[in-house]
Amino acid sequence: MAEVATNDSQPKMTSKELVTDQEVRWCPGCGDYSILKQVQTVIPELGIPRENIVFISGIGCSSRFPYYMETYGMHSIHGRAAAMVSGLKATRPELSVWMVSGDGDSLSIGGNHFIHLLRRNFDINLLLFNNEIYGLTKGQYSPTSETGKITKSTPFGSIDHPFNPAALALGADGTFICRSMDRDPVHLKEILRRANAHKGTSFVEIYQNCNVFNDGAFEVFTDKETKKQETLFVEHGKPLMFGASLEKGVKLDGFTPVIVNMADGFKPEDLWVHDETDRVKAGILSRFFDNPRLGGDHFPRPFGVFYVEDRPCYEEGINAQIKDAIGKKGEGDLDKLLMGRDTWEIQ
Amino acid sequence: MTNSSDTLERVIIKFAGDSGDGMQLTGTQFTNTAALFGNDISTFPDFPAEIRAPQGTLAGVSGYQLHFGSNSIYTPGDKCDVLVVMNAAALKANIKQIKTGGTIIANVEGFDSKNLRLANIAEADNPIENGSLDKFRLIKIDVTKMTRAALTDSGLGTKEIDRSKNMFVLGFLYWMYNRSLDNSVRFLEEKFSKKPDILNANIKILKAGYHYGDTTETIVPRYIVNPAKMAPGVYRNMMGNQAAALGLIAASKKSGLDLFYGTYPITPASDILHELAKYKNFGIRTFQAEDEIAAICSVIGASFGGSLAVTASSGPGIALKGEAMGLGVMLELPMVIINVQRGGPSTGLPTKTEQSDLMQALYGRNGEAPMPVIAANSPADCFDTVFEACRIAVEFMTPVMFLSDGYIANGAEPWRFPKSADLKEIKVKFNTEMNGEKYLPYKRDEKLSRPWTIPGTKGLEHRIGGIEKQHETGNISYDPENHEFMVHMRENKVEKIADYIPLQEIDNGNAKGKLLVIGWGSTYGAIKTAVIDARAKGYDVSHAHIRYIKPFPKNLGELLYNFEQVLIPEMNMGQLVKVIRDKYMVPAIALNKIQGMPFSAGEIFDKIESLLVK
Repeated sequence: MAEVATNDSQPKMTSKELVTDQEVRWCPGCGDYSILKQVQTVIPELGIPRENIVFISGIGCSSRFPYYMETYGMHSIHGRAAAMVSGLKATRPELSVWMVSGDGDSLSIGGNHFIHLLRRNFDINLLLFNNEIYGLTKGQYSPTSETGKITKSTPFGSIDHPFNPAALALGADGTFICRSMDRDPVHLKEILRRANAHKGTSFVEIYQNCNVFNDGAFEVFTDKETKKQETLFVEHGKPLMFGASLEKGVKLDGFTPVIVNMADGFKPEDLWVHDETDRVKAGILSRFFDNPRLGGDHFPRPFGVFYVEDRPCYEEGINAQIKDAIGKKGEGDLDKLLMGRDTWEIQ
Repeated sequence: MTNSSDTLERVIIKFAGDSGDGMQLTGTQFTNTAALFGNDISTFPDFPAEIRAPQGTLAGVSGYQLHFGSNSIYTPGDKCDVLVVMNAAALKANIKQIKTGGTIIANVEGFDSKNLRLANIAEADNPIENGSLDKFRLIKIDVTKMTRAALTDSGLGTKEIDRSKNMFVLGFLYWMYNRSLDNSVRFLEEKFSKKPDILNANIKILKAGYHYGDTTETIVPRYIVNPAKMAPGVYRNMMGNQAAALGLIAASKKSGLDLFYGTYPITPASDILHELAKYKNFGIRTFQAEDEIAAICSVIGASFGGSLAVTASSGPGIALKGEAMGLGVMLELPMVIINVQRGGPSTGLPTKTEQSDLMQALYGRNGEAPMPVIAANSPADCFDTVFEACRIAVEFMTPVMFLSDGYIANGAEPWRFPKSADLKEIKVKFNTEMNGEKYLPYKRDEKLSRPWTIPGTKGLEHRIGGIEKQHETGNISYDPENHEFMVHMRENKVEKIADYIPLQEIDNGNAKGKLLVIGWGSTYGAIKTAVIDARAKGYDVSHAHIRYIKPFPKNLGELLYNFEQVLIPEMNMGQLVKVIRDKYMVPAIALNKIQGMPFSAGEIFDKIESLLVK
């Protein structure tokens, strides 16, 4: 009951069966299309009956998502999807619950719910489409926009310091922290599979290009020319290496990460070997957050699963308490409850 | 010793002291004992706003008023017969609350120079020494001194000893009103089962207070208040928030739905959470959310999943829930929103009562967002009313606002509790049927209610949301005519509930006449008492109390038109009166009190008299 129910024996669902009759209304060329496609590709593999899948979103471009998924779904209000999924999952733990949100929805108006969802660790998958801009309201800066960003609401450049979503999620004691991007379907699909497999709140930050209001925000991470130098794909048990021919590596000097050239005589075993279960190292990794546009020496941006922790989910606790109470006291007797302890009779 | 005792019909006692003096406990104990004896009761705790205001000051005075008697009691009473004051500040704060000729029991130590200074009274003006209390019967007892003397050998420290002095007062009052100590002894035994020295000290002091009355009996006559002649049946004592909690559990049982209660702590609603959290063996899930918004949103999620989903708050929290309530209206999912009202605006008067959130309940959302609103009229009535709120929510697929207030939430009265078999069934059936070529989540039945199809139901996968939707399909629609149609549809659906609720009845008096007093919520007892008194004096006045405020009962207009005048007392600036004037075009007269305190029956009586004596 407390686990998401899967049924391997049922006939395989196809991606097509997850497509609704609604016209998809994102702007042509929007990164959301790719994410929708990868989700619709991965879900049929998971063995979850379609009627047990629920997509819940807040408000924003990303939050139109549930209307395009032929599952149960709710398009709720701005920032609050995290609270909606909490209530649903607390009462229906067997459902596979997916929350779709954006950088404004989860990190600005819904920031409070975001951190509390992570600490409670409901077993849901949180897909955060980060496009570093407000798209639906037509182009204001978001809490992940870089300082100095010129937008409609910041004609002289934004003064705000941006959030680092992975570091924020780690700070809120999230149990599954990862990053992927719309333009790497293979990686994104793999990340989605892993997020679904994790028991607890799986936080998936997805870099998503808004080609209308913030085109090219992640180009350095996706463009063939720059991708190899600017990204670092981490895998559990493997050394941190990047570059066109993996000619660079990251090594830890105590708690300080340093970039080394393998040509200088370093071997892979000299490098930092990624350990998903190491909270301290995940913290350091999440801080590889330099803005590559500023140039100079900087760390590549990491992608992949940064951190995984096995911690009880809120819904397990709440249901265990109920089971325990029924075991000790028996099922509640309404008449006894209404009578209470001290009564008197009037003849 | 002689035991001459006078018989009284009703007595009002107020316990007042520092918030650390245990006055609430003393009052509750006396209440329970009186109730068990069979008196009719009504109580009113009057808390200070601060948890521990500076000791001895006016800000720190905590009071508990209890009205008990051998005939029907509808309010905690106006002025008290007995005022117990533990210090000078408690006397100063309550001196206007006592009847001329009433009894004041004063703790002498609470009138020493330090306490007088804290209460801003000059030492020369010590009220228990200067004769200013001559129009009352003043009983000075050195409670602190006698408590300490009785416990010198107890091995307890002075601080712990002084903490039991409220038991001395309680024991003394038990003596005054011929009550048994048994109930309170049993209570102490349970409370301090793990602290035998504290237990023994408290029982010793409780008895010392009682014996003090016995041995000094010349100073005060004893009184007998016989059991009340109430309707036959088995009774228990019930507070409003507790009744609301039990009502929710009953609704969960009778509907077969698991109860999910998502809330954020706020005075004076938190006690419902505390009560519900105890009953996990009823399958109740309580969820203390990170804020008010998350609380109601978790409720929306739980309702989508098929739970009986309820949130509660008070005015400021309800304001925060506004947007999500609108979503609830749009989604047409069942849920109950409880507002235990308090004085406003803003933080206002958290521990005081008011009825000033009616407009917020009816209209406090963006857009045209109609929601049924029902209000409880007494502590025990919270049970029936919240049960009814749950029934309307699930049978009509709508959020329902349930209004209570600080006065009835914390007040208590005897409750002739129902048998579970006698409670109405709440009919719920999750839909599993396809209702069109494709599933139509907003296809309506004869009540205009849509199907409740929960995730997990094969073949009926569908999406709902807060954007305006097309009739029946629920698809996003910006069509102008569809929007107008849907706005009317949601309003008509709520108004149609009037076909399924009882007609408005006259509570007391004739169905036609000179004056009708209409109330809603916690003014019931005061209006009831005032109208009884006025009718006894020959005035042509009737009383009707409205439980269903949205929609109104279908016959309400007709009922109003049968009277020459309509009076509406409210603890606000006049909110129901505006709705009544607007809907029925009658020149209803407002009587308003906005002091964070309930009406006294006398205040309403005076207004009735002034309207009828011309």
